Amino acid sequence: MQLAFAVLGGLVLLFIVAPLAGLFFFGGEPANVVAAAGNAELRDSIWLTLWTSMLATALLALAAVPFAYLLARKDFWGKRLVMGLVDLPTVIPHSAAGIAVLTVIARSSPLGQAAAGIGLDFVGHPAGIMVAMSFVSIPFLINAARDGFAAVPERLEKAALTLGASPLRVFLTIAVPLAWRAILSGFVLMWARGMSEFGAVVIVAYHPMTTPVLIWEWFGAYGLSYARPAAALFVLVCLVLFILLRLLARERDDA
Amino acid sequence: MLEVRNLSARWDGFAIDDISFSVAAGDYFVLLGPSGGGKTLVLEILAGLHPATGGTVLLDGREITGSRIQDRDLALVYQDRALFPHLTVHKNIAYGLAAQGVTRSKRLDRAAELAGQVGVAELLHRRPGTLSGGEAQRVALARALAREPKLLLLDEPLSALDIRAREKLRALLRQLHRAGNTIIHVTHDFEEAVSLASHVAIMAEGRIIQMGTRDEVFVEPRSRFVARFTGVDNFIEGEVTEAHDSSATFVADKATFQLAGAGFVGRGYLLFRRRDLEVHRQAPSPSPANLFTGRVVDLAPTRSGLEVRLDAQGLTLVAHVPRRQVAALELELGMEVYAVLREGAGRVVKA
Repeated sequence: MQLAFAVLGGLVLLFIVAPLAGLFFFGGEPANVVAAAGNAELRDSIWLTLWTSMLATALLALAAVPFAYLLARKDFWGKRLVMGLVDLPTVIPHSAAGIAVLTVIARSSPLGQAAAGIGLDFVGHPAGIMVAMSFVSIPFLINAARDGFAAVPERLEKAALTLGASPLRVFLTIAVPLAWRAILSGFVLMWARGMSEFGAVVIVAYHPMTTPVLIWEWFGAYGLSYARPAAALFVLVCLVLFILLRLLARERDDA
Repeated sequence: MLEVRNLSARWDGFAIDDISFSVAAGDYFVLLGPSGGGKTLVLEILAGLHPATGGTVLLDGREITGSRIQDRDLALVYQDRALFPHLTVHKNIAYGLAAQGVTRSKRLDRAAELAGQVGVAELLHRRPGTLSGGEAQRVALARALAREPKLLLLDEPLSALDIRAREKLRALLRQLHRAGNTIIHVTHDFEEAVSLASHVAIMAEGRIIQMGTRDEVFVEPRSRFVARFTGVDNFIEGEVTEAHDSSATFVADKATFQLAGAGFVGRGYLLFRRRDLEVHRQAPSPSPANLFTGRVVDLAPTRSGLEVRLDAQGLTLVAHVPRRQVAALELELGMEVYAVLREGAGRVVKA
């Protein structure tokens, strides 16, 4: 049985790896990728994608991590409903998510008008991109952090309280450090999910172009062979960043 | 110092009911009882981890029944220590001081000093995961002491340790007590209570059965439960019907005991150890004063022989047969035998 399962597992792995391998095999000749990297439009889009997704994750984390802690520690009326709501963005089509987000932040909406009041226009602005990215990716951070907090023995927090620490101090010095790995993993997932988001972003902000939108545009305008090196480069950048982050997390763990 | 009045609570299958006791400064108060009796729940209510459904808790005259955990000024040492796994021993000990706003260098100095007191000075830079049970318990004690709490609450502090570590820790606890710490210690271990307590409360099924100084409780047990804890196997409820200078009569159900004295007349308990009850196949002659007939209902081998449980004239008596006599007696379940209470054995306490 083990052998059969291993074969099945191998097939699944192949299913994941093959298209990526193909991407590099057909479009990833170093010359092509270097040429793509020389393209200012692509470089700008990659930079835009990286910082918007990173900033969106960091900003949302400020609220999402405490919220996840609450979900892990407290039982309250309607908690299941709240947890269902948190998961909602993962189950609706992302184009629909984009429409939903746009409805709320469009110039005609109250929020859009309020933002316009301080000179901010979400639509076609990095802020809009960040909202769209966050909407579809926030469940990953909340769920990962919640599981991480749930795995921290409550006894340790109680012990800290009996030592005179305030709940905030307990959260910062006991819960967060002990759930750190899960939170970081959620952070990386949210960031990655935001970075790779196409559907919601393209509806909220076609311009400025994030890399997924740019790849789509190039594919539509110039075809597969033109879009492929750009896709390969973007995947490469993502991979390098994630591997670096994982290594960083491990080092911190061993320290 | 600590005054607990009519405390009641229910938590996770455990319940306590109408618990009252007081602990004076400098006491070593042991809460002794079987597992599941609610002892730990009492500690956790004192520490504020669970709410009480009734009653009050006063610490130095201030009511803390509903106070927040962090405002109570008493420290709890958990049975499993609950050391913070991500912090070094040094930082674990210093943790409570940080919450008090003590500067970093001062609290690390103080933590090192405490580590010396409890004998873990050489472990300061280790992580809790690398410590032995005894070491971890010492660190937990130092961490609790760092804030100089008014009261130290210990939940089964020795139960997860091997015998050697346990003895050393007992010595440390005695030393901490001598240094002036007021301690409440929860345990199911009679030996622990005897060797450490200044005061004892016996707890079972959510209630305090008996309470007093160590000697009051252990010398004059007032229930079968306490008696068993103190190593008295036979605890018989009855009445002293006659008492003279050197003789007394104690009647329990259908059995009558002739004793060397009682000092009172009235309801009381007769206590004797199983070693004081001999078992015979034939009635001894001449017939001794306290001779009973009974049926063997249980036989249990012990280190030094055989424990025999008898159903005798309405009473359950526990006797001991020394190893050298076991073979000769050939006891079997259901057998009718004679039991004799050794002359001069047995003492009565007033109910």
